[in-house]
Amino acid sequence: MTYSTEKLYEEKVFKDPVHRYIHVRDRVIWDLIGTREFQRLRRIRQLGTTYLTFHGAEHSRLNHSLGVYEIIRRIVDDVFAGRPEWDQNERLLSLCAALLHDLGHGPFSHSFEKVFDLDHEAFTQAIILGETEVNKVLTRVSDDFPQKVADVIAKTYENKQVISLISSQIDADRMDYLQRDAYFTGVSYGHFDMERILRVMRPLDDQVVIKHSGMHAVEDYIMSRYQMYWQVYFHPVTRSAEVILTKILHRAKELSEQAYFFAYEPYHFLSMFKGNVTLQDYLKLDESVIMYYFQMWEDEKDPILRDLCRRFMNRNLYKYVEFDPSKEYKKLQELEKLFKKAGLDPEYYLVVDSSSDLPYDFYRPGEEEERVPIHLLLPSGELRELSRQSDIVDAISGKRRTDHKLYYPKDFILDNSSKRAVKKQIREILGIE
Amino acid sequence: MMKDHVRLMQAFFASGEIIGRKKLQKMIYIAKKLSFPFHEKYQFHFFGPYSEELTLRVEELCNMGFLTEQKEKKSGYIQYRYGMTEEGQAFLDAQQVSVMRNLESCLCDLNTQSSRFLELVSTVLYFEGLEREALVDKIHIVKSKQKYTAEEINEAFSYIEHLKTFS
Repeated sequence: MTYSTEKLYEEKVFKDPVHRYIHVRDRVIWDLIGTREFQRLRRIRQLGTTYLTFHGAEHSRLNHSLGVYEIIRRIVDDVFAGRPEWDQNERLLSLCAALLHDLGHGPFSHSFEKVFDLDHEAFTQAIILGETEVNKVLTRVSDDFPQKVADVIAKTYENKQVISLISSQIDADRMDYLQRDAYFTGVSYGHFDMERILRVMRPLDDQVVIKHSGMHAVEDYIMSRYQMYWQVYFHPVTRSAEVILTKILHRAKELSEQAYFFAYEPYHFLSMFKGNVTLQDYLKLDESVIMYYFQMWEDEKDPILRDLCRRFMNRNLYKYVEFDPSKEYKKLQELEKLFKKAGLDPEYYLVVDSSSDLPYDFYRPGEEEERVPIHLLLPSGELRELSRQSDIVDAISGKRRTDHKLYYPKDFILDNSSKRAVKKQIREILGIE
Repeated sequence: MMKDHVRLMQAFFASGEIIGRKKLQKMIYIAKKLSFPFHEKYQFHFFGPYSEELTLRVEELCNMGFLTEQKEKKSGYIQYRYGMTEEGQAFLDAQQVSVMRNLESCLCDLNTQSSRFLELVSTVLYFEGLEREALVDKIHIVKSKQKYTAEEINEAFSYIEHLKTFS
């Protein structure tokens, strides 16, 4: 027996609130779970700042990664095994790629990536291919195995069926996070009949398609996705927290560039400020480290950094008004001037947040060779794009998906102890007078 | 204000009309790879580097009335045609930012190329860290359906050298 086929003496199971149990029998998977790079995911929340809106949303990227692994395990062992269109030699590769697909995520990665120009996908590749415990485990399978896992996650692997399982418009990643995020936020959307979808998935040529009889289960999945985006992922309070978090990072970076003397040296941030982050620097970051700095910065001399950190830590978030850039961009320019007069730096205290600033997407039919759409396999053997067959999906696909909000610190604007007249003007323009 | 939207509007101003979503995606990706300041996040998809962020931002600009999007039925597929509106021009004027001359020349050059060729160029740039031989092998793997010839691949490499004169 080789390492790649070695099984544990007894199957290990993890209790899981979404899938009930996560089953591990392969030695390689068990060893990967035990690596320090995988365990680091325990200290990174799956939904970033969403816990400030939905207090239950404290689940980690490790929970989700195990969930994606379990879904793929069920597909390759229970649904695809024995089908002529599926190459069972890809089983272990699919399981490893599923388990490791989010390995490069950092703390609050969306904000960090924006401010420090980082890319979690590049770090996923670096962890898999670099000098890490994960790489050692994968190399024991074969010398080229780490590269294959990296290629699947980067969507550049030869066998596109494997890629589709983990990353497509109906993939294990989305099927896990929709259900998991719904469970932990406590919302009633996000539920769909995953068992049914798994049963009607079929490997075909270079993709994974859905048997036509499973269309209604897929409609439910698309509806769940739509509801979760508007009700959870695009939630204005979460976006407010994200705005403040991003501004904290911007401010810290700006201060560092100005050679500001931090009362407590931001050791973990230094390489990010300088733009030369190594893999080892990156792996030392997690949310507990970041929150520690934010807590320290609550007492910094710089009034903006101090204020932003206090807001984030104590959930004193910005309020918002709906904003229509097409009609109100001149109003925004006026507000920027008034904020300056009021002693508030608009760069930090007046922020437009757009739906395109968020890392979530809607189902797209994939016209003109964008992303590969969901294809239904008709009884005749013909393939048909989902929205052409389903009125429900067609209706959702055509919906307006964009939204802009203007965030500001209402408490400062309502504080009449200084700059009274200017603040009154601001309130009038914002429509909160 | 909305700096990333403004940058895209500058790209549309510089390019004039852009025909095809795929072409638009690849033009911005290539410009970004040449270090022009676009911040849209790209991932590799079946048709090469693709940015959902860019797709959504363009949709936002269309909904704001700053861009027009015309849908045209071609044989077997749908094609989109983008252009700037008067409102878009007014918005851009109000921002008081000028388009970098090099960016304008670069985008105009890219806009004269076919989307098939830009798909190849962007794929070459995506894998630029690989040795040339390995890169060519990779193109044949990830773009097997496009059946790019050796001549086209060589042309893509030469074109990238030409593009570097803009950056």
